Amino acid sequence: MAKSKTTSVSRRGFLKRTAAGAAAALAVKPGSVAAQAQTEPVRPAAPPASARTVALETSTPPPVADVYTTDRPGADFMVDVLKSLDFDYIFANPGSSFRGLQESFINYGKNTKPEWITCCHEESSVAMAHGYFKIEGKPILCMAHGTVGLQHASMALYNAYADRVPVYLVLGNEQEIAFRRSDVEWTHSVQDAAAMVRDYTKWDDSPVSLGHFAESAVRAYKVMMTPPMEPVVIAANGGLQEEPMPEDDRRTLRVPKLVIPSPPAGDANAVVDAAKLLVNADNPVIVCGRVARTPNGIKLLVELAETLQADVIDRKFRMNFPSRHPLFNTAAAPPDLSRVVAGADVVLGLEVPDFWNATHAQTPINRMGMASRPITKQGAKLITITSGDLFSRSNYQDFGRYAEVDLAIAADAEATLPSLIEACKRLMTPERKRIAEERGRKLAAEHKRTRDRDFDLAAIGWDASPITTARLSMELYNVIRKEDWSFVSDTTFISWWPVRLWDMDKPYHFIGGHGAYGVGYQAPAAVGAALANKKHGRISVNIQCDGDLNYAPGVLWTAAHHRIPLLNVMHNNRGYHQERMFLQDMASRAGRGIENTHIGVALDSPNINYATLAKAYGMWSTGPIENPKDLGPALRAALEVVKKGEPALVDVVTQAR
Amino acid sequence: MKTIPFVTLVFAAVTALAPSDSRGAAQPTAPANNIQNGRRLFERDGCWECHGWAGQGGRDGARLADTALTTAQLTRYVRKPTGAMPAYIDKVISDQELADIWAYLKSMPAPKPAKDIPLLNELKGQ
Repeated sequence: MAKSKTTSVSRRGFLKRTAAGAAAALAVKPGSVAAQAQTEPVRPAAPPASARTVALETSTPPPVADVYTTDRPGADFMVDVLKSLDFDYIFANPGSSFRGLQESFINYGKNTKPEWITCCHEESSVAMAHGYFKIEGKPILCMAHGTVGLQHASMALYNAYADRVPVYLVLGNEQEIAFRRSDVEWTHSVQDAAAMVRDYTKWDDSPVSLGHFAESAVRAYKVMMTPPMEPVVIAANGGLQEEPMPEDDRRTLRVPKLVIPSPPAGDANAVVDAAKLLVNADNPVIVCGRVARTPNGIKLLVELAETLQADVIDRKFRMNFPSRHPLFNTAAAPPDLSRVVAGADVVLGLEVPDFWNATHAQTPINRMGMASRPITKQGAKLITITSGDLFSRSNYQDFGRYAEVDLAIAADAEATLPSLIEACKRLMTPERKRIAEERGRKLAAEHKRTRDRDFDLAAIGWDASPITTARLSMELYNVIRKEDWSFVSDTTFISWWPVRLWDMDKPYHFIGGHGAYGVGYQAPAAVGAALANKKHGRISVNIQCDGDLNYAPGVLWTAAHHRIPLLNVMHNNRGYHQERMFLQDMASRAGRGIENTHIGVALDSPNINYATLAKAYGMWSTGPIENPKDLGPALRAALEVVKKGEPALVDVVTQAR
Repeated sequence: MKTIPFVTLVFAAVTALAPSDSRGAAQPTAPANNIQNGRRLFERDGCWECHGWAGQGGRDGARLADTALTTAQLTRYVRKPTGAMPAYIDKVISDQELADIWAYLKSMPAPKPAKDIPLLNELKGQ
């Protein structure tokens, strides 16, 4: 680092001198000009001066006010530290509490690695980081005010936490009260910035020196990237950002070396025990949660499933398993999932966030009271491998109900798969192999039957308007299937059609959903994922729920401004239909009519025109499409725009699910 | 409530927009006035939320198009469903109204199989 030639100002000395100057100004001597002014009669023609004006005109300036510049603010060193962590981008809505850092990033840091991406809402910033990571496997640096910015960002942070996605969030804050120059800076300052989100982040710190910042910034990255991966928060004090680096620091500060720990793999003996149970099972079932952290995770899971010839249920939180593999079972949730699990004699849960829910049935919503029972058959063995056993918080309840299992391996599933596969292959006798192959043939036949049935189900209402989600999905697939595509949205609210009918086999073909079902995730996550796909030349496609887009539609502008190619297809069903279904449940439980259940959930009168909305943000758009025959041509036109490197939006009026 | 136009659209979909369904001829098995009332109830009571405007079903509801259920079976299920569907008592929807909904469902043109839809047929073979 270059040394500054400008005289530096020690923060402690500055404050000492400022206090002395202020005290001198307050002591008004008798007979002085100030004293005479106090005794003169008020002239009625002139309005009275405000206290602020009086203070400005009469007080003694701070004695160090002649120091106006520095060539080495503390933020430059912070940038050195953060650049060492190899972030590709910063996602942020601008905020005065991190103005020092922003200036250093764009000038000293030359706005490269990381490059600043302008966001219109902090919730968008964090959700974009969420989507980016699920494509690229790299975390994003987000920045926000420690108060109002974090309040906006908090829901997206909770989604990322529940989805085991790392987000590196730097909060601007001014801890030193003497440096808060206005009511704005007081309302934007906080004693403990990370407190609000501590329940759903993995680690945080509020460094009080640049050396402290360096160490904590690197530690935060290391903690965040060790499974289970979670968001972390570092507060960047305003004084540290904006004041000159102290002379001592210039000589001694260094950027600590980052080493990411190897992910925790399962205990060798426990892995062999698991393999014995799986190999000797007549009907093993693998339930996948967030298994594949990397592309290799998919290959490993395929290898395990093929070794065992086991049924694979994917809860659709990640791209875990190829959708057309004959061992892939499309059952994702009860009751289909329950039927598969009920037939198993060994159930292996890999990074399943609520394994109890996958192995139990509860009283449905249409009946009073609550009872539950295991759905596994008598004597069935349950095994879990999850890093969730290594970390949990208390307050937010995303950990699910306590699962009584026969073997719990506290480890990262992907890191454990190689030894588990090896153990299974070693234990596989010719007789067990024969049984497994026979089972595999039956599962392959069942897979084909299910796929044929799903195509027939997709045909129902093919020409209907509003357009069915099946037709929407298949028209879209038809347009992109010969491209190198990436589906960057969830399928929960479109009856899972893409997972059921598309050929998904690449790591970026699917990224799962919200994590905590915090609505407002989808649109920004898709933009973040599309930015990650951009450098690989992939076509990103997003089936965008209308309710979700209305939380923070400004992300459309971010996509247009930064020229992020993304094909958005609106699932414009004009309502919050999940909530309407719940209202129907409640009205039925109460024995009342259900004709009022549109109140508070319908998004009509007037209908929202998303094509117009997108145009307002500078995005190419078309629609609303109501006739299904118009859909294919509209999608093809939008694809041409996306292939030129721009985002596009096709507004489609759709059925509820 | 602005969902009424949807009914019109759906009705149009199953009549006008889908003229080429192979088994497309409507097969009314109940008086027309019951079918009309069934369509009204299907919309008013939000059956389409989970079962779709064309009765296609989805993540949250079973397929109703081309249903094999009899009126009695449909009524029995609606009163005491075995899945997560809400139970509708007769105060909310009467047996006659359920019969009308059944009539409406049976009046829908039978859906085309996937093999008769060029796009689906092509993609199925991929």
